Amino acid sequence: MSLIGAKVLRKEDPNLITGQGQYVDDLAPAGCSFMAVVRSTEPHARIVKVDTSAARSMDGVLAVWTAADIASLPARPASLPGMDMPLIAGDAARFVGDIVAVVVATDRYVAADAAEAVVVDYESLPAIASLGQALAPDAPMIHPVLQGNTVFFQDYTEDLTAEFDAAPRTATLSLVNNRCAPAPIEPNVVLADWGATGLTVWAAFQAPHHLRNTIAAFFGISQDTTRVIAPDVGGGFGAKINFASEIFLAAALSRAVGRPVKYTQTRSECMVAMFHGRAQEHKVDVAFDDSGKILALKVQVTQDQGAYPDATGMGLPVLTTAMAAGCYKIPKVAVSWRNVVTNTTPVAAYRGAGRPEASYMIERIIDLVADETGVDPIDVRKTNFIPADGFPYQTHSPLAVYDSGNFAGALDELLRHVDYPALKAEQAARLADPTAKLLGIGFSSWLEIAGFGPPGSLEAFGHLASWESAQVRVQPDGSAIIYTGASPHGQGTVTTFAQIAADQLGIDFDRISVRHGDTAVIPQGIGTMGSRAVAVGGEGVKTASTRVFERAKKIAAHLLEATEDDIVVENEEFHVRGTPSKSVPWSQVAWKSFQPLELPAGMEPGSLDATVFQQVPNFSFPSGAYCCVVEIDRETGEVEIRNMYLVDDCGTVINPMLVEGQVHGGVAQGIAQALYEHMQYDESGVPRTATLMDYLVPAAPDLPGYVSGRTVTLNPSNTLGAKGVGESGSVGAPPAVINAVVDALSHLGVKHIDMPATPQKIWSILRGSK
Amino acid sequence: MSTIETHTTRVTVTVNGREVSEEVEPRTLLVHFLREQARLTGTHVGCDTSNCGACTVLIDDEAAKSCTVLAVQANGHKVTTVEGVGNGNGGFSPVQEGFRQEHGLQCGYCTPGMIMACTALLAENPQPNEHQIREALEGNLCRCTGYETIVRAVQWAATNGGAGEWA
Repeated sequence: MSLIGAKVLRKEDPNLITGQGQYVDDLAPAGCSFMAVVRSTEPHARIVKVDTSAARSMDGVLAVWTAADIASLPARPASLPGMDMPLIAGDAARFVGDIVAVVVATDRYVAADAAEAVVVDYESLPAIASLGQALAPDAPMIHPVLQGNTVFFQDYTEDLTAEFDAAPRTATLSLVNNRCAPAPIEPNVVLADWGATGLTVWAAFQAPHHLRNTIAAFFGISQDTTRVIAPDVGGGFGAKINFASEIFLAAALSRAVGRPVKYTQTRSECMVAMFHGRAQEHKVDVAFDDSGKILALKVQVTQDQGAYPDATGMGLPVLTTAMAAGCYKIPKVAVSWRNVVTNTTPVAAYRGAGRPEASYMIERIIDLVADETGVDPIDVRKTNFIPADGFPYQTHSPLAVYDSGNFAGALDELLRHVDYPALKAEQAARLADPTAKLLGIGFSSWLEIAGFGPPGSLEAFGHLASWESAQVRVQPDGSAIIYTGASPHGQGTVTTFAQIAADQLGIDFDRISVRHGDTAVIPQGIGTMGSRAVAVGGEGVKTASTRVFERAKKIAAHLLEATEDDIVVENEEFHVRGTPSKSVPWSQVAWKSFQPLELPAGMEPGSLDATVFQQVPNFSFPSGAYCCVVEIDRETGEVEIRNMYLVDDCGTVINPMLVEGQVHGGVAQGIAQALYEHMQYDESGVPRTATLMDYLVPAAPDLPGYVSGRTVTLNPSNTLGAKGVGESGSVGAPPAVINAVVDALSHLGVKHIDMPATPQKIWSILRGSK
Repeated sequence: MSTIETHTTRVTVTVNGREVSEEVEPRTLLVHFLREQARLTGTHVGCDTSNCGACTVLIDDEAAKSCTVLAVQANGHKVTTVEGVGNGNGGFSPVQEGFRQEHGLQCGYCTPGMIMACTALLAENPQPNEHQIREALEGNLCRCTGYETIVRAVQWAATNGGAGEWA
């Protein structure tokens, strides 16, 4: 019986539910010391003096470093030339959270005391807190090399003046895609041990080999003596593929003090130091006709990069603009983008990374067109969908060739769960009753680019390559260990990869282990991001397992004196097809695979071991249709999500329980962006939401239950047919929620509300209408 | 070298039925006492404002956030952590099993605190409805699951043994 598609309980859980998980902060090697960080409290300032004398004199303090102490080290990797993010700021601090000094002490509390005792003398400089300020004519400058604050500008890819002039109707919409903090519950944590024979770094990270290669290059040491281990990792959401400066500082300090150095971000640090996500502004022009048919689209994206542009962060608007047309066949699309620096925390990948911004934009545009034409939003979607037989579909972007999809099918499946006419009737009835809460119904037909990716795609973001590694090693007793370069942090990869391998190998799921996250153990690896683990890494496990199985069949055939083609496996027994009595157990095949005297001619011992660097020819394009039903309190402006209907199409489902978990989690973060979360700065660049008291990560009462459905269009780029699902919810949910909120208020002439749709914003609208 | 005036005090806590007695600074947080003195690292730290609940333990059978309690305040009291609610033979408590059965965890970092908060809930209210479960977990943040599967995990436990027993 195939395990693909089976609800299998997770192999990860027994450790994690009993407190036996091993996160970086749980490790305490002998002599372990603790690092604490002094961070700029100024958004933009000249650093006049850093007085470390009091800190240095404290008992238990091993080192206090300022920029002068690391002059021989390069800047943070993945920086841009001339705009480098120093590991420790020297001449100037450029955002609240910029590192000004670091302390190492024998005790966690002493390190904190010593950091507190470092006195920094700042001379404030004019700061830039927003894109508007950054692009103002006489704006202060953050990096002199720029001659302004624009890092990169791409003008409209096409001139659509003629199309817009000729169009029956046009409309314009300005959108803000609010800055979010990834806020995994485990912040950034690192433990570095620079010993006599090499450097070992334990890090809460999503791509250990990527980090290993980068650390080795950074220090000019050899990769073979540099080991990175990502043990249990407490959530990443894209933020743990960024090269946090603290990782490199901990390693350098370990070398200097001759002890392991551990650093755990406090939450308040994490809120300003861990790179943020989203932070885009859009100006959108759309041309359409009276039927709601979209004729042309112009999208201009302005990306806030924060104080120091990050290589991944620079790519966000590339992905946003590539996916600007969403599920729709739009004859003409022109895109433009601009990357801009501000005196804020750097911006890089956060769950969805550029694609939630695209789906939010185009799905808001669809509803705007519906509003302008009076055509129902469902019909506008159906009018413009790329048809199910229209794939592969070349978009306006060379990056995005949609692989497969059935957008109308997903929307129809959604409408099977949603009683749309009844909801419309209820909405009208409530509108007529001033004591009733307002009802809003919002849809999104979303699409994302995932499964990163074809050769060259991740290289563009600084990775070694875009494959994923898989090694399958049958042990002498017939059990198997899978080694994967994917580096999970909650996805359940240990379970899904064992399911994939069990199917191919005919070895029991319970006798398959999956190892990850250690560069000394895993052949090579890329990592877990961009919804790629199953679509690329899982496919690799399948390929390697198939190779091993073919060799096992040869050995079994030899032992059974049969021909290879007649060999089948059932219940861990190889037998000749149709003759179950003539059999040899997997354990014996495995055992003999190591014994030269037992092997068929020409076969080497140890051959039940295969390593694959799995490539895929294209990205994958998961899609789906969501519907959100909101109730809005007319007195308080509070939005409550009454129903959230989710139809996902991620291609083949390996484990429905885990897919549901990924969808729920992504949707929760999407709802959070739409209603609750906004990393805010005051006009001077001081963060206003730097703790979990001020930044609303939703708790259980803040989120709804979900109704899930599914359609399946296979991924043609791998044999599994799986597309990936890690980011789907965060792509699909925000537009559904905001479309619902706008729908609830449209009788007041409301065309748009920026995220998050807080009670305050809505109360102001309702109050203004009275 | 200047010497900071530090003194230590003896703190004795019954952790999971076993007495742990250590000399610690008076400012030592209970969560650090549990993680670093008792070497029970199942209890996690996720914030510094008492919002996330990753550090939730039971003090005298009541849920408490151990990052907001000094070890000296727990002196002479009974503390139960996630390591103390299973059956002691590698078996899981009903709440732990519920989290496994219903996929109530992904990365697992908030899970020990969640399990302890859910255990306290079921001890007080053995058959909570969905609304009561969500309200009871208001002080525990999970970034992975979206909470629905955690609600289901509690419901699973409610019908399969409840809060369970511990030392």
